[in-house]
Amino acid sequence: MIGYASFDTWWWPYVFIAIAGWLATDMWRWIGVLVGNRLEQDSAALTWVRAVATALLAAVIAKLIIYPTGELADVPLALRLVAVSVGFAVFLASGKRIWAGIVTALGVLIGGQLLIG
Amino acid sequence: MSTLSAERGAYWFLKGARGIASLPAIILMSAFVGFCGFAVEAGIPFGQTVFMTGMIWALPAKVLLVGSILAGASLPAAFLTVALSSIRLMPMVAALIPEIRTPKTPTWLLLLLSHFIAITAYVFTMERIRDVPREHRVAFFAGFGITVTTANIVLVAVIYSTVSNLPAMLAGALFFLTPVYFLTSIWASTRDRAGHIAMVFGLALGPLFHQVAPEFDILYAGIVGGTLAFAADRLWQGRAAS
Repeated sequence: MIGYASFDTWWWPYVFIAIAGWLATDMWRWIGVLVGNRLEQDSAALTWVRAVATALLAAVIAKLIIYPTGELADVPLALRLVAVSVGFAVFLASGKRIWAGIVTALGVLIGGQLLIG
Repeated sequence: MSTLSAERGAYWFLKGARGIASLPAIILMSAFVGFCGFAVEAGIPFGQTVFMTGMIWALPAKVLLVGSILAGASLPAAFLTVALSSIRLMPMVAALIPEIRTPKTPTWLLLLLSHFIAITAYVFTMERIRDVPREHRVAFFAGFGITVTTANIVLVAVIYSTVSNLPAMLAGALFFLTPVYFLTSIWASTRDRAGHIAMVFGLALGPLFHQVAPEFDILYAGIVGGTLAFAADRLWQGRAAS
């Protein structure tokens, strides 16, 4: 099957990225525009679409924390979960201050790693 | 009169562009530093990494594409992986478009601008769009989207050669920044109850469906979680009314 390394030319990887990357993402954006153009503001349909979008994003968030890529995968899962939970609690307690939640979560993540050694 | 409205459009475009100095944009740029490190580690050449940044724009899709290249996936398999993960862009765009368009906004313009919609642009716009006069919302969004995308293309190009010197603990923290930021900012910018319920369902169902159907986990979690949240919200509303 044709893959990323199939052709030994400079331009082939760009074609690969354009098809498997650009086309694979932008086609959904275009469909989204056509669907969104038909949705009325404050309609039940829009509320449902927004709820689906939000649940999708939440699933992405949970996956980024539980099944991470890169260096974060070397940090123990328990520490990642504690860091995000404490961060979210501080965010709520501080009257939804986003920076307070982020600083706390990162502090716990880095502090925890230093403690574990 | 038309020059006046063009001037005001330019004002709102610049106002959107100024969003480059906002918390969401700064966090996204940190996440791009993390992505750039990942691409370098995976052996993706400079030109292709920069090309990917501009052409795909959505960060999770890029991470998956690099992962597919690393795994030696075929073109159809890589396309399918990225396309499945990017379905989430569809409801995001569909939810955003009614907020920014006017009856006069041409569809081709929205199709063109939709390229700049990814999670950060969605969150940023949903948070601030109600304070922007409707006729200037497209300009405001274009200003933010185009500026942030361009800035990150430049950022990736500039740091490509030095990013591998980043300490491991810092690189890990950069990967952690994104989900924590999304979690808090989406919670803060969600105004309706259905949205908050959807968030809780999505967080729980994402990892659950990952165990059952890893290829479609995000999609299933979104549709099932979103629909349950919508139903729960309607039920709640019905009870309160009766």
